[in-house]
Parts: sequence; structure tokens; C-alpha cells
Amino acid sequence: MRRLVSLLGLFSLGTALAQEQDPATIAWLLVSTSFVFFMVIGLAFFYGGLVRRKNALNTMMMSFISLGIVGITWAVVGYSFAYSGDGLLIGDFGYFMLNGVGLEGETIPTILDFAFQGTFAIITAALISGAVVERMRFSAYMLFITIWSIFVYAPMAKWVWGGGLFENLAGNAAIDFAGGTVVHINAAISAVVLALIIGKRKDYGSKAMLPHQVPFTLLGAGILWFGWFGFNGGSAYAADNLAALAMTNTLLAPAAAIVVWALLDMFRTGRVTAVGLATAVVVGLVGVTPAAGVISPMSAIIIGAIATIPSYFFITWRGSSSLDDSLDVFGAHGLGGITGALLTGIFVSSAWGGDVNGSASQLLTQFLAILIAIAYSAVATFLIAKFVSLFVPLRADDSLEAQGLDIPMHGEEAYTDGEGALLIPVSSSPAAARVAGRPAGGKV
Amino acid sequence: MKLITAIVRKEKLNDVLSALFENNIHGITVTKVQGHGGETEKVETYRGLTVKMELSEKFRLDIGVTDSFVDKTVQTLITSARTGEVGDGKIFVLPVEKVYRIRTGEEDAEAVTPVLVGV
Repeated sequence: MRRLVSLLGLFSLGTALAQEQDPATIAWLLVSTSFVFFMVIGLAFFYGGLVRRKNALNTMMMSFISLGIVGITWAVVGYSFAYSGDGLLIGDFGYFMLNGVGLEGETIPTILDFAFQGTFAIITAALISGAVVERMRFSAYMLFITIWSIFVYAPMAKWVWGGGLFENLAGNAAIDFAGGTVVHINAAISAVVLALIIGKRKDYGSKAMLPHQVPFTLLGAGILWFGWFGFNGGSAYAADNLAALAMTNTLLAPAAAIVVWALLDMFRTGRVTAVGLATAVVVGLVGVTPAAGVISPMSAIIIGAIATIPSYFFITWRGSSSLDDSLDVFGAHGLGGITGALLTGIFVSSAWGGDVNGSASQLLTQFLAILIAIAYSAVATFLIAKFVSLFVPLRADDSLEAQGLDIPMHGEEAYTDGEGALLIPVSSSPAAARVAGRPAGGKV
Repeated sequence: MKLITAIVRKEKLNDVLSALFENNIHGITVTKVQGHGGETEKVETYRGLTVKMELSEKFRLDIGVTDSFVDKTVQTLITSARTGEVGDGKIFVLPVEKVYRIRTGEEDAEAVTPVLVGV
């Protein structure tokens, strides 16, 4: 009987909600959330293919661990810091432990907003890993993204989307449709700072470190693009014409980026490269992200084309510099994000979903938002990295780096045929196995 | 005439090759091999399955040289392949009865003297 009552209760609650919330928007955001989630898997493959085979698992795990860690920090306090309260810089504890995040909500249930935004937080943290692969200690990385997701990502999401700082900069609201600043510039600056603190890989500059599985990288870029339809399209927060515009622009900007990148490749080397094309896709996507739902489709093509140029030349130069941003997080996400955010101030159009038209003062606002994001991201990352290094060294030992991090960090290999593998009886203690697993040391 | 066979660490191959080339030792055959050289076994775990990997991947280099080149080659290998940890590998120097170059039919010393093309 009690059960029946509660069922009836739920039923009536459901009807009440259906009347005030918009089922089409809910459906679209359910889909978009899954799409953005899938981007994390795409990123794992994109990055995983670019490293040497001895680090393939470690690199992919850096994305997968974010699904766990940031998923939880977002639930505990991240969402609250990003969306609760009237704070200019950071939210309060109003949604602490998902308190008050429920089925109610104006057009969509708050719980869906939480989940959709959670996938953004997860992928942003994972993006950082590209700059520190093949040498960062996994435990240090875990601790780093735990703190970073709470104290860097969440406050910046508050500035951009939670009614915070960026609502009024030099008289305008900074325009960031789907997170060019909080996701891409933020992750890229943190990535560079972390890479500088940790230092370059031992083999950097002296040995050729080639991608071990370029098809993974193409697959990853494709999945990222696919997921980005939810990233940008879902950011319209409605199943409406603006979502349609955002999706169309998400199709066109990377298309233009591919063409420009391919032409630059042809002009420079005579050949169109696969890794280059995969990178172009990401640059085009990053470039259009802040503008997706506020510019015309032709502007999206122009943004995709223009954003490619600084990234292309920076990435070409970076390989010969001493900056070991290993997988070019800054070249792709940083420069693409900055170019896109600036061009948003020029191309924003009230005929295409924007609240304003492009102007010099809007451009100035965009510029200020970028500067603030860069400054905060850099300083906070530096402090967090120093804090983490008090507890665990950021970098793996040189001998482990030479061996590759898959076996020492994870006890597994990406590609093994099991030759020479002897079973250890289950009764052996895990501790004994762990000690034996240490690679350095004398004879057994 | 000697055949020098070296077993080296996987991650040292690039160092070894650059060192050999710098010392003008050019006729090299490289093979991927697996073996056990007394180094600590690596323990890996795949869910419930824990295994000891008894074999490590190594690279084997075969280099045919004239007697006067043996010392230089061996020293180059030792310097470039050493890390100081167990598992750095071995070098074997074997006598060779006869060497022929297939392209010209040259024998012995002439056969192992590299002809540099298009450098």
C-alpha cells in the first residue's frame, strides 16, 4: 500500500514537472550530455595514438581517470562553486553534495544541468594531460586534477556561465557560448604551466618520439568532432533554432580548418598529413566554440579558417623549441581558443542569436576575459602544482620514463602477446607482487 | 674478420645507432628479440590475472667488421648501451670464416667496407 501511494505520488509529481519543463529541451540535453561524455573517450584515443606505445595506456588513463575524479568533485562541490549563489568570483556551498539539485527546474531539471555541465568539467581536466604525457607521475596527476577541477575550473565556470565576473567587463558581457575560455584557454594555459614546471621529456629534442598509432588519433579526432555537436549544440540550452545554428557552425568551422591546414601542409611540404588534419579538426572546433550559437554560418567558416593559421605555425615551430607541450595543447586549444574568443567579439550578430553585434568595445571585453582567464589559470596551476609536489613528486623517475609508464604506473601493457608471462598463484600477496614489480634493482 | 653480436635495451637502440654511425660503423643488421638477462621480472596484473613477465624485449645488432675495427665497435657499443642497471645486455665477438658481398662478389675486408651512397 505504501508502495502504491509513493508510486502515485511520483506520477503526479511527474505530470506537474512535465507541464512546466520543456520535454524537447530535456531530450536534447540528455543527448548532448552523452555526446560530451563521449568526447572524453575521443580525447583518450586522440592523445593515446600520439604517444609512444610504451605510454599508450598511461596516456589514455589520464583521460579515463578524469571521468571518475572530476565526476565526483563536480558532485561534491564543483557544481556548487560554479552555479550556486551570487558571488562574483566563486559560488557558495548551496549545492554542496548535490543538496537542492533535483528534479525541479525551469526548463530542465537541475539534475540534468548538473550532469551536462559535469561532462564539460571532466573533459577540461583531461585536456591538460596532453602537455605532460610520458613523464608525469600518475598519482600526482590524480591529485592535481582533483584540486584543479574544484579551484580552477569551477570558479571560472562561475565567471562565464554562473552570473559571475564575466557578466560585465568594460561595459559588456564577455561572450563565450560553449566554453572557449573556461574549457579551452583555461586547460591550455594550465597545460603549459604544468609542462614548464615538470620539465621536458628526457628524450625531447634528442630522439624522434613518434606517434605509435595514428589511426587512433584520427578516430579520436572524429569522435571529438561528433561529441562537439552536443558540446556546442547543447549549449543552446534548448532544442531550438539556436541549437541548429550551433550544430551547423560546428560542422562548418572544422571543415574550413581542414581545408586551410591541408593547403598550408601542401604549400609547405607538398603532402597533407594525417596527424595535421586531426589537429586541424580540433583547432576548428575550439575556434568556433565561443561563437557557435551567435554567429552566421559564413562567419563560422571564416573563424575556422583564420583560427588555423596561428595554430599551424606555432605547432610547426614548437617542435623545434624547448617547450615540451608534448601533444600541443596550447597550440591547438590555447591559440585556437584565443583566436576564436577574439573573433567572436567581431562576428557576433544579433541576426544570428547574439545579444549584440560585433564591435570594438565587445572585442575589448573579449580581450579582457582572455587575459583574466590566462592570469588566473597560470597562477592557480602553479600553486596547485607546488602544493601537489609537497606530497608526491610530479615527475616519474628517469628509469621509469625510459621504460615507459604503462608498466610502472599501471602494471599493464597496451600491446602484449603474453610470451614469457608466467602465472603467479593467486595466493601470493599483492604487496609481494608490487615489490617484485619495481623495475630497478638487482637480480631476483 | 669478426662478427659482433650485441643484445641491447630497447630504449637504448637509438643511442647505439647514432653512436655507431658517428664512428663510421655502417653495416648493421637489427633484430627485435626477447630474452632474459637476469633483470628483475616485471609483474603485471590484468584484473584477477597476475603474471610475471620473464622475457624482456631487446634489440640484437649483428655487425661484421675487420679485426682492426673490433675494439672501436665494442667500445662504442658499451658506451652507448650502458645504463648501469641489470639488463643492459651482452656483446659477443665471433670469428668469421668468410664474408661475401652479394652485389659485387667482393670478399672479406672489401665486403664489409661500407660504400656510402647518396650521403
